[in-house]
Amino acid sequence: MPVTTIAGREVTVDDEGFLTDPSQWDDDLGAALAAAIGIDLTPEHWKVLHFLREDFAAQGETATTRRVQTVGGFPTKDQFALFPKKPAKKMAYIAGLPKPRGCV
Amino acid sequence: MTAPLIPQFDDDESSDRKLAIICSKGNLDMAYPGLVLANAALGEGVETHLFFTFWGFDMIATKRMNNLKFSPAGNTAVHMPIGDLRIPQAMAPMPGMQPMATKMLKKQIADLGVPEVPDFLDQIVAAGGHLWACRMSADMNKFTEADLRDDVEGIINAGDFIELTAGAQLLFI
Repeated sequence: MPVTTIAGREVTVDDEGFLTDPSQWDDDLGAALAAAIGIDLTPEHWKVLHFLREDFAAQGETATTRRVQTVGGFPTKDQFALFPKKPAKKMAYIAGLPKPRGCV
Repeated sequence: MTAPLIPQFDDDESSDRKLAIICSKGNLDMAYPGLVLANAALGEGVETHLFFTFWGFDMIATKRMNNLKFSPAGNTAVHMPIGDLRIPQAMAPMPGMQPMATKMLKKQIADLGVPEVPDFLDQIVAAGGHLWACRMSADMNKFTEADLRDDVEGIINAGDFIELTAGAQLLFI
């Protein structure tokens, strides 16, 4: 498993760079991951990210954009505005979670 | 020190990838492949256009879209949800089979957290997808824009659609 250094911290990642150990994540690391892919986090971003973290802790799976909408209450349009073009992957990356497994 | 490993989302350069999906079926089961793929493409930042034609028109017709049906008739791959039992083709057209099969399929889809067709189209439009209706199908059904979802961008002919999707990858369903 590759180890990489983000914001001065060593984290384990998969071949693409997604964190493989969600317990290595905290808000500071989330902010650094977001900056690394060119996203400035606002309070709106944080609400989505914290939902993803809590949902993952409860379900053991990363929420899809559908679930972020229906369970989290964040409309699809807002997800695309906050995490442009590839919301599912970008949300997962910043939240330190694996890419969602589900199709929808 | 080596550079940190960061995923390449490849969305900096303006991608010219485009996907066109022709939805020509109005059976409940055949409505889904196009919607799932459109949703996936949009989630990857791909410009996506759906063209509804022939029986696929029922997916965007407001009086019909909530009531798509599924029948095991003519489909030998339909199994019972438990076990691995096939539904015999002689039984498939029997009264009651279609409502039962429709109900079962809807439940299986809902259990996966996948929305019903109208709701799914809402999501696709919210994600930036484009919906187009076929002129010939509208004329056959004697439908106007008033009979279709408000977010259908237009009733266009086949030539318009081909022009609109120049360079796109195309799926016919």
